[in-house]
Amino acid sequence: MAEPTTTPAAPVQADARTGAVAAVRRRRRRYSLLTRRDKMILSLMVGIPLVLDLILIWLPAVASVGLSFTNWSGIGPITSENIVGIRNYQVLFTSYIFFRPALAHNLIWLAFLTLISTPFGMFLAVLLDREMRGTRIYQSIFFLPVVLALVVVGFIWELQYAPNEGFINNALGLTRSGHIIDWLGNPRINLFAALVAASWRHVGYIMVLYLAGLKSVDPTLREAAAIDGANQRQTFFRVVFPVMAPINVIIVVVTTIESLRAFDIAYIINRGKNGLELLSTLITNNSISEASLVGFGSAIAVVLLVISLVPIILYMSRVMRNMTA
Amino acid sequence: MGYLDLTRRDVLKIGGYASVAAFLAACSRGTGGGSASTSSGPGTVSVGSNQSDTAATGGPRKGMADVTAAYQQATGDTVKVNTVDHGTFQDQISSYLQGTPEDTFTWFSGHRMRFFAAQGLATPVDDVWNKVKGNFTSAFAEAVKADDGHVYGIPVDYYPWAVFYRKSVFQQHNYQIPTNWDDFKALCAQMKKDGLTPIAMADKDGWPAQGTFDILNLRLNGYEFHVNLLNGKQKWTDSKVTNVFKKWAEIAQFYNEGVAGMTWQQGADLLIQKKAGMTLLGLFVSQQFQASDVSDLDFFPFPDLGTQYDAEKALDAPIDVMMMSKRSPTLSKDMAAAKRYLEFWAKGSTQVTMYKSAPGFIPAASDADASTFDPLTKKAVQIVTQAKRITQFFDRDSRPDYAGPNGMQQFLLNFLANPSANPTNLQSTMQQFWDSLPPEK
Repeated sequence: MAEPTTTPAAPVQADARTGAVAAVRRRRRRYSLLTRRDKMILSLMVGIPLVLDLILIWLPAVASVGLSFTNWSGIGPITSENIVGIRNYQVLFTSYIFFRPALAHNLIWLAFLTLISTPFGMFLAVLLDREMRGTRIYQSIFFLPVVLALVVVGFIWELQYAPNEGFINNALGLTRSGHIIDWLGNPRINLFAALVAASWRHVGYIMVLYLAGLKSVDPTLREAAAIDGANQRQTFFRVVFPVMAPINVIIVVVTTIESLRAFDIAYIINRGKNGLELLSTLITNNSISEASLVGFGSAIAVVLLVISLVPIILYMSRVMRNMTA
Repeated sequence: MGYLDLTRRDVLKIGGYASVAAFLAACSRGTGGGSASTSSGPGTVSVGSNQSDTAATGGPRKGMADVTAAYQQATGDTVKVNTVDHGTFQDQISSYLQGTPEDTFTWFSGHRMRFFAAQGLATPVDDVWNKVKGNFTSAFAEAVKADDGHVYGIPVDYYPWAVFYRKSVFQQHNYQIPTNWDDFKALCAQMKKDGLTPIAMADKDGWPAQGTFDILNLRLNGYEFHVNLLNGKQKWTDSKVTNVFKKWAEIAQFYNEGVAGMTWQQGADLLIQKKAGMTLLGLFVSQQFQASDVSDLDFFPFPDLGTQYDAEKALDAPIDVMMMSKRSPTLSKDMAAAKRYLEFWAKGSTQVTMYKSAPGFIPAASDADASTFDPLTKKAVQIVTQAKRITQFFDRDSRPDYAGPNGMQQFLLNFLANPSANPTNLQSTMQQFWDSLPPEK
């Protein structure tokens, strides 16, 4: 993290990169523009969030890693008898039959949102950016699901998908013919049924994010492109899209996070079983429910943490590179 | 991440999505009754209650309030009830009992009662039991005993599982009640011919199919084997288990479509709408019927399978109990009142008060005034009395991590997806999963 005292030295560093200058810079560091009061306020402003971050995020994370090496049931103190080494991980990777499906479903979730829902949301944003009639109304309609909690989204779609009284099977006339489609019960299709429900909300979210980005693109860029003879397509892909790079990164991050933390809809439908296993539902079913396999659930949580670290590190390294460049 | 408290693993979960309540520590300060002697004056008792559901009949929540009022009037004690959403209560029971629980709490008999007794999180209530045991049959006496031989709960209510049907449908088609397996299958075939779904099966929640497994295993292989199997003393790869699945496959062809996508309420609706002929569920299915329709609802015990175990007439009849916690900070002070309170619950009159609001749950006490029961309840009492062996239901008799959604619930859904397949692979998966679980203390 950049210290406040480096600010006055920064221009020097930008001008020359020799060792001598760096030495000068180090000497100059002592002369700070900040008063004691400034420093105190700054350290408070950094310190309080840091402490909260440590207590609320890092402590539980590290505790989870610790618990993942035990078979603690959540009852009584943890004794040396509870420590089982890497057994939880061994079971998880070799014999726990729900792990592979859950991992696969998380990846399908990620692929579906990335390849279908997110591009569709961006497409809607581009359409709505064209100042057509009723833009505001469309915007509101597409955005409406975003303000609903995922739990509510789950309930709404459960009603749509219900085998006999659900809207979809009735609209398709399947209930009359007697050959209903079991949208939520057939393990081959229920993941995609859940993904449609999740996308219903995700599309609106992406649309709003992207629309805000589009509105901030300098209109002279488009004019210049038009004058140079670029058509709509070319203007978007060659000019607007590259300019939107920061928004694009945010959208990739949002999509990834949404996929990794996918939980609510699958849990509402059937507590994450029969084709809807996700890492998050496995964690919940093992460690938070009556099952009380806290140690084993923690091991799954650690795996999810490690997976989450990949996009986080990629994103952070990109942000850091932009900051130092 | 927001954790949802909408679990409905247990068959007690009846209607409606109840609101999520937070756990509050009991902080009742008694005004009297300082000693643990039962002869002291009025005291205070706190109760952790999972009776959160409401229904057209008032529901368990109202029943609990009525019982509280009656108790306070009868004894002069003060009762503090902390009602928590049913599913939340169940999910958080471990941390609840380790924290600052109320003096007494609502719970289930079976494995889950014995588990917390063994963990030292419940107080034995042998002295209360010795006063009231004359009011309960031996089946109840067996069900409230933990592994250490002590009694940990007072039976409050129970409800049997059976095959439910509509009288009017049986009359219309002139169907006879089947008493053996062949008649049962013949009836299914006839219903299919008549354009009905013979048996409604709705297993989205995962536990309803466990009821069918229980009864088939009990009838085919007997009570001893069933209980031992659910506790890991028998192997899931046993050929006796293979027989259960083969027998099950013979009736699974008569199920409706969408077995894995329907809740038990949606399955019951098929029966209500006269689209399905029968369904195997607990007595609580009656709550799904309109008051005007419920007199048309009837049931018969699961048919005999022609084995030596038919004579056991065993069935699932889960028992709910009232228990005493261990870690309640007020318990030593409230002990006298807490015992009085449990004793009060052992009375038939108390349980009938509850029953009036929640008629899906039958009073357990022998001196409960049966004249207040509706015909369906009377019949339910009869089949339970005839049963020589009573089980608590799969997910109360086995370990919860084994019985849960990423466990046996899933395996039975796998079976139902393709009932005619050879079950041996599935059985070895079941056994392998059991073996991967850490030993239970």
